[in-house]
Amino acid sequence: MATSAFKRWFHRFGSLPYFYGVSRSWARWLAVPGLVLAGYAVFAGLVLVPADYQQGDVFRILYIHVPSAWLSLFGYTAMAVAGVITLVWRLKLAEIFIVAAAPIGASFTFLALVTGAIWGKPTWGTFWVWDARLTSELILLFLYLGVIALHQAIESPRTAARACALLSIVGVVNVPIIHYSVVWWTTLHQGATVKLTGGSHMESDMLWPLLAGALGFTLIFGWLTLWGMRVQLLWRERRSRWVMRMVQDG
Amino acid sequence: MTRTRRRRLMLVGCLLLGLSAAAALMLTAFKQDMLYFHEPSAIAAGTVPINTRFRIGGLVKMGSVSRPGDGMTVHFAIADCDASVPVTYSGTLPDLFRQGQGVIAYGKLDAQGTFVADRILAKHDSNYMSSDTARALKAKTSVSCMPSRLQASR
Repeated sequence: MATSAFKRWFHRFGSLPYFYGVSRSWARWLAVPGLVLAGYAVFAGLVLVPADYQQGDVFRILYIHVPSAWLSLFGYTAMAVAGVITLVWRLKLAEIFIVAAAPIGASFTFLALVTGAIWGKPTWGTFWVWDARLTSELILLFLYLGVIALHQAIESPRTAARACALLSIVGVVNVPIIHYSVVWWTTLHQGATVKLTGGSHMESDMLWPLLAGALGFTLIFGWLTLWGMRVQLLWRERRSRWVMRMVQDG
Repeated sequence: MTRTRRRRLMLVGCLLLGLSAAAALMLTAFKQDMLYFHEPSAIAAGTVPINTRFRIGGLVKMGSVSRPGDGMTVHFAIADCDASVPVTYSGTLPDLFRQGQGVIAYGKLDAQGTFVADRILAKHDSNYMSSDTARALKAKTSVSCMPSRLQASR
């Protein structure tokens, strides 16, 4: 039966010692292609692609800015999904995912804001404006920091995880607002260049490294989050028999 | 799925639904305030409170840029497909300022209907290409105007 096979997999995956064992090799499978792709994207962005016809070399910062902005949204959405799993199914791995992903998502959000400001000064003529896109992205950073702070503030790990799950779900309302802010309202920030539907307004020499970068940084995000989860797991299960035995065995 | 889990899932679903509804209502109520700038056609239609300082955004109209006198003052028009507003500004312009390019001006309308700006920002059109491609494209197409809602079309 497909359902029972799924249930078996679900339970095995949910088993913490099993996860700790296999996640080590998963991390490697994420890290190697992630670093290769991201490295290629950065190299191509700095050296291989031609300068933009209007902005010149300034546009090259987009090979960091766009993947960072994408991951700021992707990370928070993933945390909200884990939040639902935490609240409904009480899966410990989902709780740990939220805690591990929050600082990494916050870092990418910060990176997106900073690279955007650095690009904005020579292009727009200003580092920062309070338009809908920039403001909602800043709110996203505060939401990430809120999740981190909430986790730090509550002693009991299970209560903390549930509070973080709730904040992740509440905050996810901001994600479509960020994405559609440039469509719904007038903003200084330009609209999307790369779209799933309809052609993109970027020549393919420039576009492919960008897509490689987005994929590469996503894999790196997964890799770092997985390591964060392993650390969280060890800490939370430090009194359990399997962790103690592992520590004694070296 | 057990009954408790189904109930929890329902609760989370209701929470998300309620939050989305609240956010949608709030954003609709504050729609005007969420706009960073107003378009010339909206100003022509009279939907913009023009007795105060505000931002106006559109394309720098082709052939409208002139620099009379000292060279610091620049006259041009900001246009979308349906309307255009004359602008006067003196100061430094962003590098991307040029004819046919998106621009946002902050200032006030004077009695003659000229927009006196004290701040100009360039709006990027979200097109990226090399100079070679741009030259090749220019022979084929010419962007004469941008429909209202700069970003919706691009």
